[in-house]
Amino acid sequence: MERGTLNLWVGIFVLLGFISFLMLAFKVGNLTAGGSGSTYTVVAHFDNIGQLKERAPVRSAGVLVGRVQGVQFDPVHYNAEVTMAIDSQFKFPKDTSASVLTSGILGEQYIGLDAGGDDKMLKNGDEIKLTQGAMVLERLIGQFLFSKAQEGNADKGGQK
Amino acid sequence: MPLERTLRGVRLIGDRTLRIVERVGATVAFLGLILAQSGPSFRRFGLVIREIFYAGVQSLIIILVSGLFVGMVLGLQGHETLQNYGSEQSVGVLVALSLVRELGPVVSALLFASRAGSAITAEIGLMKATEQLSAMEMMAVSPIARVVAPRFWGGVFSMPLLAMLFSAMGIIGGFLVAVVIIGVDDGAFWSQMQAAVDFRHDIVNGIIKSVVFGVAVSAIATFEGYEAPPTAEGVSGATTRTVVSSSLAILALDLVMTAFMLKGWN
Repeated sequence: MERGTLNLWVGIFVLLGFISFLMLAFKVGNLTAGGSGSTYTVVAHFDNIGQLKERAPVRSAGVLVGRVQGVQFDPVHYNAEVTMAIDSQFKFPKDTSASVLTSGILGEQYIGLDAGGDDKMLKNGDEIKLTQGAMVLERLIGQFLFSKAQEGNADKGGQK
Repeated sequence: MPLERTLRGVRLIGDRTLRIVERVGATVAFLGLILAQSGPSFRRFGLVIREIFYAGVQSLIIILVSGLFVGMVLGLQGHETLQNYGSEQSVGVLVALSLVRELGPVVSALLFASRAGSAITAEIGLMKATEQLSAMEMMAVSPIARVVAPRFWGGVFSMPLLAMLFSAMGIIGGFLVAVVIIGVDDGAFWSQMQAAVDFRHDIVNGIIKSVVFGVAVSAIATFEGYEAPPTAEGVSGATTRTVVSSSLAILALDLVMTAFMLKGWN
């Protein structure tokens, strides 16, 4: 085959490959969201993190603002230490609260941030003090049964 | 008597195993030889471009069409099952993640091995059978540098491009079936996909996989051709072995890489 035709076809092939790379990166992947790259990390301690995993989303008002960087057990306080990387363009007040939430009934778990009213903003390495752990279904059912049983006891007590 | 028979059986197993290990070792040694002699193929890049044409461009049709079909089937099957949980919109996530992480690199590498790998083996094997390689050696031209290395690099460059084209085509196929034909919401399809697919952990890892498969398939194909017995049966046997061993290598390497990538060692 002639050299020029060969080069043309290989050029078309490489261009097609490059276009599909761009499509994968921007249309399929999330390179645009959080692509700025610069983040700051904050730490939070939770009683129970449920099924929260690394790379789980961190949302505020439902918008993605960062990702969970690491989950560790804190052997001093006997709770879970969660490190979050938050996009530098979003600043949160020092008294922001963090809670482990679930998207949908069976969906993945994420961290929800509710902004507080402090003048000072969270910096790299700060800790979020106000936290609420995950709702564990078994505990909820247990509490419900316990309260039902107590109601039943109270009713009996009233009849006597 | 029964002891002797058992011993013979065990010896046979040992012999087979050693042969397989020898073959793997020889392929890796051959890969080292190619790498050591690939200087000329970069100085005369036209040689590699020619091989990218034969390995990559000529595999385009099969890759694009199979990608489209695989994506469409994923869309249909995914929609069928996800419907039971009332989350049809997640079909985009299912299609994109399975293509980008697994099916894109793996299926395109399997197709590449049977479409281009077998052709490379047959070509080099026939060159050897017709003593073209010996003739080159007589003229003090290294056949590895002149014939093998350009084909190897052509395969290594083509493979990731083909894998990305396969994934992109598959996602378009999934989109056609799920959104255009079945009627899943367009916005939810793409937005859930974008929320779930991570550039670094899904797309880049998929590309890394396809590069590794490209190296494996090209090394096996050139090795089998170069080591083929110079007869008609020898070349046909080598072509078959290329397809069989590269398919096995692709699937085994995929398991190992997936295990590491999901654990997140990078």
